[in-house]
Amino acid sequence: MTDIAIVDYGMGNLRSVSKALEHVAPTASIVITDDPEVVRKAGRVVVPGQGAMPDCLRELDKRGLRSAVRYAAMSKPFLGICIGLQMLCDSSEEGNVEGLGIVTGTVRRFPSTSVADSSGLRFKVPHMGWNQVHQAIEHPLWKDIPSDARFYFVHSYYVETANPESTAATTNYPFSFTSAVAKDNIFAVQFHPEKSHDAGLTLLNNFVRWEPFQFQEGIVKSTRDLFPIQT
Amino acid sequence: MGLAKRIIPCLDVTNGRVVKGINFVGLRDAGDPVEISRRYGDQGADELTFLDITASSDNRDLILRIIEEVAAQVFIPLTVGGGVRKVEDVRRLLNAGADKVSINTSAVQNPRLVADAADRYGSQCIVVAIDAKRVENGWEVFTHGGRQATGMDTVEWAKKLQSLGAGEILLTSMDKDGTRNGFDLALTRAVSDAVDVPVIASGGVGNLHHLVEGIVEGHADAVLAASIFHYGDYSILQAKGYMAEHGIEVRL
Repeated sequence: MTDIAIVDYGMGNLRSVSKALEHVAPTASIVITDDPEVVRKAGRVVVPGQGAMPDCLRELDKRGLRSAVRYAAMSKPFLGICIGLQMLCDSSEEGNVEGLGIVTGTVRRFPSTSVADSSGLRFKVPHMGWNQVHQAIEHPLWKDIPSDARFYFVHSYYVETANPESTAATTNYPFSFTSAVAKDNIFAVQFHPEKSHDAGLTLLNNFVRWEPFQFQEGIVKSTRDLFPIQT
Repeated sequence: MGLAKRIIPCLDVTNGRVVKGINFVGLRDAGDPVEISRRYGDQGADELTFLDITASSDNRDLILRIIEEVAAQVFIPLTVGGGVRKVEDVRRLLNAGADKVSINTSAVQNPRLVADAADRYGSQCIVVAIDAKRVENGWEVFTHGGRQATGMDTVEWAKKLQSLGAGEILLTSMDKDGTRNGFDLALTRAVSDAVDVPVIASGGVGNLHHLVEGIVEGHADAVLAASIFHYGDYSILQAKGYMAEHGIEVRL
């Protein structure tokens, strides 16, 4: 059985994610796959993503991966990265598309007009570079990572969560936005742990060892009730 | 506190080795790209940029192997440029492990390439490099490693690139490159203030104060340097310490 499936829906470079996971889990079987069955059967699932969310969803559907990703998000340790976080939301301003509706919230664009800080410097879009991730909750994936550690971001859209309880971290640019979401067996981040050096590798190391169901059995049941599997 | 300004060491690579030239000529060997990348990553480099300056197309695949090897060991963003002419070239570099691809001459010859690559892979991974030289009323864009004038104004070209979908601009002053006299601050500021996308200042860094000037006076979002790091004049950590002392937010 595949230990970790990295979902490939044809939107760019998954090699970085794969290499970083191999680095923290050298003995695990890690595959980059576009096969829905492999995703359904994997022990853990990672959904990375870059590019435009409407294209990502279209490519996901083209490969018949939508229901497998939903299934994984309901049933196994699940890590979403960048668009892999955004697509979990209800909807996105980018192309006015509906997301998977697993996380309550909307994906919005950073205002591209010249927002300036007190010294007159402008906030460029995309938000690109190393910014601080302020932990909003305690979580096994934050183990050994100090709050306000810097991670690498590159994005023009951000998640506005309607349910603050799911916010696992916030980041300022120039206002505070949700940079990580935690819900049951799902952890999803706007930044790129695979490109965030030691802090990122620590988070991935925590993910490959995370056992969300050992202490959350009751929640799994309710998650299934909330999001019945669609085939 | 918020987004940190970035320090990006640049590795000019030819025939599998890192080299450094002065004013685009006179190359000196500076070492093995994988070894240097690992060292910079450990020192706290925020990203790495590789420019493949291999002249003949025979050795083009060498850069792919180098990037594959670096990407398996150094977990920070990698940008690769040099000889990118087609969307297929972008795809091959991204698949090898590059996070961003830098386009220079081909963007001038075929602006559609920038739009097509950004549409296909997203603006976040498309960097356009501009080689600029001071002329009477501004700065002119040059191509082919600085050998060919285009008659185009740098600031106007930068704005055009943003509208085509470039996610970042790597701006090199040809007048300053290799001189170690500091960035062309007026150029950097003119471009950075004219666009919404991040601008990386390049060309001319000779000491740590030049990095501070690039950010504070040039309004750059990131600073790129090669020789001050390659020859061990300063470490990345020293550079960041100096910038932090001067009130610049950096990742330490």
